[in-house]
Amino acid sequence: MSHETKGLAPILEAEHITKRFGRITALEDVSMRVHASEILCVLGDNGAGKSTLIKTLSGVHPPDEGRLLVDGEPVRFSSPRDALARGIATVYQDLAMVPMLSVVRNFFLGAEPTRGVGPLRRLDLREGEVVVRAELQRMGIELRDLSVPVSALSGGQRQALAIARAIHFGARVLVLDEPTSALGVKQAGIVLRYVMEARTRGCGVILITHNPHHAHMVGDRFTLLNRGRCEGTFAKADITRDELIRRMAGGEELEQLQHELRAS
Amino acid sequence: MSARTWLARPELGVVAAVVAAWLFFAVTAGDSGFLTLSGTASYLAIAAELGILAAPVALLMIAGEFDLSVGSTMAASGMTVALCTTELGWPLWGGIAAAAALSACVGLVNGLIVTRTRLPSFIVTLGTLFILAGGTIGTTRLLTGRTQVGGLEDAGGFGAAQKLFAGQIGPFSITLLWWVGLTALATWVLVRTRPGNWIFAVGGAPDAARRLGIPVDRVKIVLFMTTALAACLVATFQTVQFRGTDVLRGTGKELEAILAAVLGGTLLTGGRGSVVGAACGALLFGMVQQGIVFSGVDSDWYKVFLGAVLILAVLLNSSVQTRAAEARR
Ligand SMILES: Nc1ncnc2c1ncn2[C@@H]1O[C@H](COP(=O)(O)OP(=O)(O)O)[C@@H](O)[C@H]1O
Ligand SMILES: [Mg+2]
Repeated sequence: MSHETKGLAPILEAEHITKRFGRITALEDVSMRVHASEILCVLGDNGAGKSTLIKTLSGVHPPDEGRLLVDGEPVRFSSPRDALARGIATVYQDLAMVPMLSVVRNFFLGAEPTRGVGPLRRLDLREGEVVVRAELQRMGIELRDLSVPVSALSGGQRQALAIARAIHFGARVLVLDEPTSALGVKQAGIVLRYVMEARTRGCGVILITHNPHHAHMVGDRFTLLNRGRCEGTFAKADITRDELIRRMAGGEELEQLQHELRAS
Repeated sequence: MSARTWLARPELGVVAAVVAAWLFFAVTAGDSGFLTLSGTASYLAIAAELGILAAPVALLMIAGEFDLSVGSTMAASGMTVALCTTELGWPLWGGIAAAAALSACVGLVNGLIVTRTRLPSFIVTLGTLFILAGGTIGTTRLLTGRTQVGGLEDAGGFGAAQKLFAGQIGPFSITLLWWVGLTALATWVLVRTRPGNWIFAVGGAPDAARRLGIPVDRVKIVLFMTTALAACLVATFQTVQFRGTDVLRGTGKELEAILAAVLGGTLLTGGRGSVVGAACGALLFGMVQQGIVFSGVDSDWYKVFLGAVLILAVLLNSSVQTRAAEARR
C-alpha cells in the first residue's frame, strides 16, 4: 500500500541539502522525502551524516544550502519547536525523558494537563493517566502502573512511550534516530513493531539506522548515505536485503574482511 | 502506590534515620530533657530555620544547580534590616522590604550569570558568597565602625514584626508554623504543578527539557531568587529575635541546607529529590544537634555524627541511581 505513493504530495521533503561544520561537510546535496503511512529508512555507516540530516529536518540545524518543504510548501525552521508545530516530531536517542519521573509525567513533559485557575492551577494527573493508558493501548502496550519511573521500563517500552507521546502530540512525521541501536534482538523487535504501528496510524516515519536487517524488515523505501552524500533511494520492491547490506557504506570492505577472516 | 514505588521514594532513608535518631536520644537523653516539650521545641526551632532554607535549596538542586551564597545572603539581608532601621531611621518593615529586594536581586544575578554564561553554579555562587560576605563587613564597618548592630526594638513596627517572626506558641517558636507552611507550599509546587514538573526535567534531562519547550533558564532564575528570599526570611527571624545582627550571621548555612537536602534524598546531579525529604533532613539535623547537648556529650561532636550520616545518605542515593541506570538498559 504505502510505497505506491507517487500521486500524493510528500508530507516532508528535503531538496539538495548541504550542511557544513567549519571545514567538515556533513551533508552534501542530499534529497529525500517521506509520505503519509510510509517508512523511509535512512541508512549509513557511523559518521555518514544521518544524525545531521535529521537535525536539519527537525529544526536543530538550519541547512547551509537547499530547502525543506512541508506539504509542498517551503519552510524554514528556526527551532525544534517550529518543526514540531508543523508536525515533525523527532525522537532522539535520549528519548527526552527524565529517568526518575513517572510514565505519566514524562508523557506530558512540557505540555502538562492542568485544572484550576490562577495560583490554584495544578497538574491533572488523573486525566493524564486516562490519556496515556488509551494512547499506550492503541500502540498495543500494557503497563499496569503508570506511576512507576520510566527508568523501570525496558528499553523497548521507553521507545514505545516516546513514539506514543509524539503521535499523541500531533506528529505527522516521526523521526527516529537509531531507535534500535542500544537494544537487544527482542527489544529491537518490539520497537520495530511500534514503528510499523505508527505507519498504520498514518504517520510518515523516517527511521535512521545503520542496521540493514532492521531496515529491510520494516522499510518501504531506503535512502543510503555515505560520507554525507546520497547514494540513492530504493523502493523495497527494487532492492533485496543482501543488496542493501552490500550497498551500505563499508559493505564491500565488510565483504573483504569476511574473506580475510575466512582465509586465516 | 505499590510497595515498590514506596521503597524507591527519596525520603525513605531520612525518615528511617529520624526515627532512629529520636529513639537513640530518647534512650540516652530521655531523662535529661530530650523528651520534654521544651526539649522538643528546642530542636524543632533549629529544624524550622534550617528547613526553610533547605526547601528551596532542594528545589534548586533538583533543577541541577547549587547555591553557596545562601549564608552570606543571610548576613547581607540581616544587616540590611538592621542598618536601614538604626542608621537610616526607617521603620522595621521598610528595612525588611529593602532586604527582600536586595536578596531578590542577589538571586536574580546568580541565576542570570549561571544561565547566560553556563558556568557551574558552584563557582558562580561561591563568588557571590565572597562578594556578599565582604560587602556586608565592609559596609557595616564603614557606616557604624563595628561588626554588630543592635537596638532594633526602637524601630517602628517592631512589636508586630516580633509577633510574626519571633513569636511563641506555647513553648514552640512561631518559625515552626512558617516551616510547615512553606514546606507544604514547596511540596505542592514540586509535585502538583507544571513548574514543579519542569524542575525535575530541568535537572534530570536539561537538553530534552529545552527541546520540549520548557523555559529552563526561567525555572533556574526563579529558583535562585527563591533560595535568596528564603535566606532573607530566616535572617529576618534572627534579626528580629536578637534585636540586631552580626556580619557573620548565617555563615555556613549554605552547607547545612545542602546537607539537609542531600540527607533527604536529593540527588547532587539533579532530577530527583523531595522537599519533605529536605524537611526531614533539617529535622534530623536539629535533633542530632540538640540531642547531643541533652545527652551531655560536648556539643562539638554533633557535626561528626551528621557528617557520617551524610556520607551514608549519599551512598544510599548513589546506589539508587546506579540501579536506575542499570534499569535503563
Ligand atoms: N555539531 C557538529 N559540529 C561539528 N561536526 C559535526 C557536528 N555534528 C556532526 N558533525 C560531523 O558531521 C559528520 C556526520 O556526523 P553524524 O551526522 O553524527 O553521522 P551519523 O549520525 O551518521 O553517525 C561527522 O564527521 C561528524 O563529526
Ligand atoms: Mg548518529
